[in-house]
Amino acid sequence: MPESVSNITAQMPRAKLAGLLLFFLGPAVAIYTLFSIYPLVATMALSTYTSDPSGGRHFVGLANFETLLGDALWSKPFWNAFSNNLIFFAVHMCVQNPIGIALAGLLSLPGLRLKGLYRTVMFLPTMLSVVIVGFSWNLILSPLWGVAAGALKAVGLGSLFAPWLGLESSALVTLALISVWQFVGIPMMLIYAALLNIPEELIDAARVDGLGHFRIFLHIKLPLVLPTISLVSVLTFVANFNAFDLIYSVKGALAGPNFATDILGTFFYRTFFGNQLQLGNPTMGSAVATVMFFIILVGLCLYLFLVQRRIRRYAF
Amino acid sequence: MRRTFKAAMGAELAALALLAGLASAQAGSLKIESWRNDDADIWNSKIIPAFNKHYPDIKIEFAPSAPKEYNAALNARLDGGTAGDLITCRPFDASLALYQKRQLDAVDGLKGMDNFSDVAKAAWQTDDGKTTFCVPIASVIAGFIYNKEAFAKVGVSEPKTLDEFHAVLEKFKKDGTYVPLVMGTADQWEAATMGFQNVGPDYWKGEVGRANLIAGKEKLTDPQYVAAFKEIASWAPYLGSGFQAQTYADSQNLFSLGKGAIYAAGSWDISTFRGQAKFAMGAFPPPQPAGTTDCYISDHTDIAMGVNAASKNKEDAKKFLEWLTTPEFATIYANSLPGFFPLAKTPVKVDDDVAATMVGWRQTCKSTIRNSYQILSRGTPNLENELWNVSAQVVNGKLTPDAAGKQLQDGLDKWYKPAK
Amino acid sequence: MTVEQRARSLGVHLVLIAYSVLAVGPILLVVMNSFKVRSAIFGSPLAPPDAATFSLAGYEKVFRSSHILTYYSNSLIVTLVSMALVLLFGAMAAWALTEYRFRGSTALALFLSIGIMVPIRLGSVAILSMMRSAGLNDTLTALILVYVAQGLPMSIFILSEFIQQVPKDLRDAARCDGVPETRIFFEVVAPLLRPAIATVAVFTIVPIWNDLWFPLILTSSDSTHTVTLGVQQFLGQYITDWNSVLAALSMAILPVVVIYVILSRQLIAGLTSGAVK
Repeated sequence: MPESVSNITAQMPRAKLAGLLLFFLGPAVAIYTLFSIYPLVATMALSTYTSDPSGGRHFVGLANFETLLGDALWSKPFWNAFSNNLIFFAVHMCVQNPIGIALAGLLSLPGLRLKGLYRTVMFLPTMLSVVIVGFSWNLILSPLWGVAAGALKAVGLGSLFAPWLGLESSALVTLALISVWQFVGIPMMLIYAALLNIPEELIDAARVDGLGHFRIFLHIKLPLVLPTISLVSVLTFVANFNAFDLIYSVKGALAGPNFATDILGTFFYRTFFGNQLQLGNPTMGSAVATVMFFIILVGLCLYLFLVQRRIRRYAF
Repeated sequence: MRRTFKAAMGAELAALALLAGLASAQAGSLKIESWRNDDADIWNSKIIPAFNKHYPDIKIEFAPSAPKEYNAALNARLDGGTAGDLITCRPFDASLALYQKRQLDAVDGLKGMDNFSDVAKAAWQTDDGKTTFCVPIASVIAGFIYNKEAFAKVGVSEPKTLDEFHAVLEKFKKDGTYVPLVMGTADQWEAATMGFQNVGPDYWKGEVGRANLIAGKEKLTDPQYVAAFKEIASWAPYLGSGFQAQTYADSQNLFSLGKGAIYAAGSWDISTFRGQAKFAMGAFPPPQPAGTTDCYISDHTDIAMGVNAASKNKEDAKKFLEWLTTPEFATIYANSLPGFFPLAKTPVKVDDDVAATMVGWRQTCKSTIRNSYQILSRGTPNLENELWNVSAQVVNGKLTPDAAGKQLQDGLDKWYKPAK
Repeated sequence: MTVEQRARSLGVHLVLIAYSVLAVGPILLVVMNSFKVRSAIFGSPLAPPDAATFSLAGYEKVFRSSHILTYYSNSLIVTLVSMALVLLFGAMAAWALTEYRFRGSTALALFLSIGIMVPIRLGSVAILSMMRSAGLNDTLTALILVYVAQGLPMSIFILSEFIQQVPKDLRDAARCDGVPETRIFFEVVAPLLRPAIATVAVFTIVPIWNDLWFPLILTSSDSTHTVTLGVQQFLGQYITDWNSVLAALSMAILPVVVIYVILSRQLIAGLTSGAVK
């Protein structure tokens, strides 16, 4: 942000500035470039090669991408994973964010007691490893252990129970809801913080006008935290299209039943590293990774140009 | 005041020093890569000490990964040069690919390799059968394990034919005390390995059908394969409620807690059950379809070990592999891990009664390996992956047996051209 | 308080309590059952342990058959060193990006933000072969380097928002007194960033503690495994032994919960002072 740069630093001699930049930026840029950017670039480069059985690599240009998007053998699972990923994302947008907003709204009510306790408890699942979350929910929903079935029966809804994680029709949504359960804390916290930052005077003015809590929230607070909500949406988008661990730990790399829970992350993993008798295919896997990168990039651009309109400082 | 600045510089220097730090493998020690994390205790307490009686100077570390990550992690480590010295080999193409990439050495020259028959070695040889790259360790047998108490209580005996099998299941269902047949489809492979590959060989006549499939003389749409799918589809009413979400671990628990009557089993389950089940168990081979006389069992060469071509300590690694060919190893292995049957020619006495029953089937039935493993899972779509998916769907009632066969054959036809 | 207000407040609390139960219930269920005997875990999963069903068998097994203490110390070393480096290097870079005007600063900022959107996992194979040629395979250093690279973008993003808010006068006053830039950063600005630590911690440390992938491919011996990987392996090995499984899960959950409860107040302070808006 130009206006925040002080005049003194702007007039600094070049050599001195260069030295300072090297000192301050050097370590971060070096480690980041070496261990994050370089491997990613290497992956993209790999996507233009193919390998023979002896492990030799040959340059093939964009042929891998033609195969991935043009050959039904590859494009069918790819688009299946893509559309599952969209559903996965949609569930997050339609469930995680509204719940997060609602909880944040309730927590930010003036004079609420025990808010610290609520906040801590509600954020707890976010802190856990996805492996642990997946495993625990798998146990809870397991028809064998009967916790979920028993709980439903206790409230008289026993007939509603089904082996949700095992049915083609419900497995994906169930997994998405488990993920929502885990990550709802992030929108809740960010929006809560944004709500707290709204100047008191605005709210007092509204209260003088006789507006109730709910209408103040809807008409005054919510519009003011819209930028946070859109940031949360973008973070959700990026996280969802990178998701892998939960589905892998619950359903394995074959993402059953009948690939109903296959998303891009598991498709990438299976292609890159293989599964049981299927050998890993690093070059095709790299192509999948590259396409995932571009999907995320396109999503971000849409966000920037349609929603955000202008590039905010640093960040996306 | 300068101190903070120095501290910061110090941290940067420390980071650089860390970067330059070196760690290299020690000579005289060997690391074993394996997916058998279940067996870690056995390796550490029995197998490695037995080896060390002969070679006290060779230090061995058993470093297993979880089965579902094994292939991916092993390949990543081999490509990155960080894999252990000894590699536990999956059968057929997964290991063949490692040999072709020169990541595994040939083991033909090892002393004791003539202790193994050609059949035992087949899973770890090049297609022409000239080079062997892993030392065979064990095979596993599929069948059914049952709760003897449950059988006595309901008054049924081991079924010999599929008709009897269904009658037994029906009786358990009427009785209602036990889940008649324990198998889940959540992990998919149970339906393929303990379902299709378990009862199937009787239909396709074991090795005969397997060879014909590879030769292109039979298709997966042929009646014998569709019939095998029909059989597993008929199990659905006898499985536990919510079997679609029942994982492999759930199945093991269901049976070992005494809630199930019959368990679609691999012999590798025996050691788990020995530790947990409090009732007497028995085993019967896949019941035979009406009109068949010969019986076949899935006796699948499953586990072997090779040497990492990039190992810095091949001398010692070879000593270990040579020891794997000895009857001493076979005896320890077979009896500390009942259900894994050694592949060496010298017969080994198996003490566990269920394991002994299962290995005894080799005398009365013909052995075959899983038909999707050799050659047919080399292309895309991968037959084994497809088979998991399709078998689970057939049991779930989402796919008809005919459609299952068609999907498999269509997938195979896309890339597999049998030699004419 | 009027009756109406009281009723409304009760309603709000009911909703919040209901959600809290949903959030923490599954965790409590796992922890609670880890103290029961195997038959009671299956027989009455929702009942708390009593004299007849209480058992520590699972914990004994975890301690006996895994190197859980080594895993803990590895995880602690990796997480703390990574966090320290992420904070230090991240704050320094954020300072340079916000404080100095130089050509290419926007491009550099965008370059650094790529890491927020792309998972570093996609570059695993290149990372592996680099670590190998540097002789770092199977060391905690390898993990730390990857995690620092992974955590930096988000921490730079959060910390530059904080640095923005350090009053300009404060810095310029120091400059007029001829204080060198490095000292301005370390002695004037850095102490003001303390509230940000909790925020950075949540966004960068939690993923590190919980990561399964890099320990899986970068470490291969027990002496370098982290808790998450160790527990995962343990789960694979004793999957049917629910005493041990639940005990292992509980032990993996506990430290994170403790760290979070300690940090939670600062997290809110950090967030509300405007880090992520």
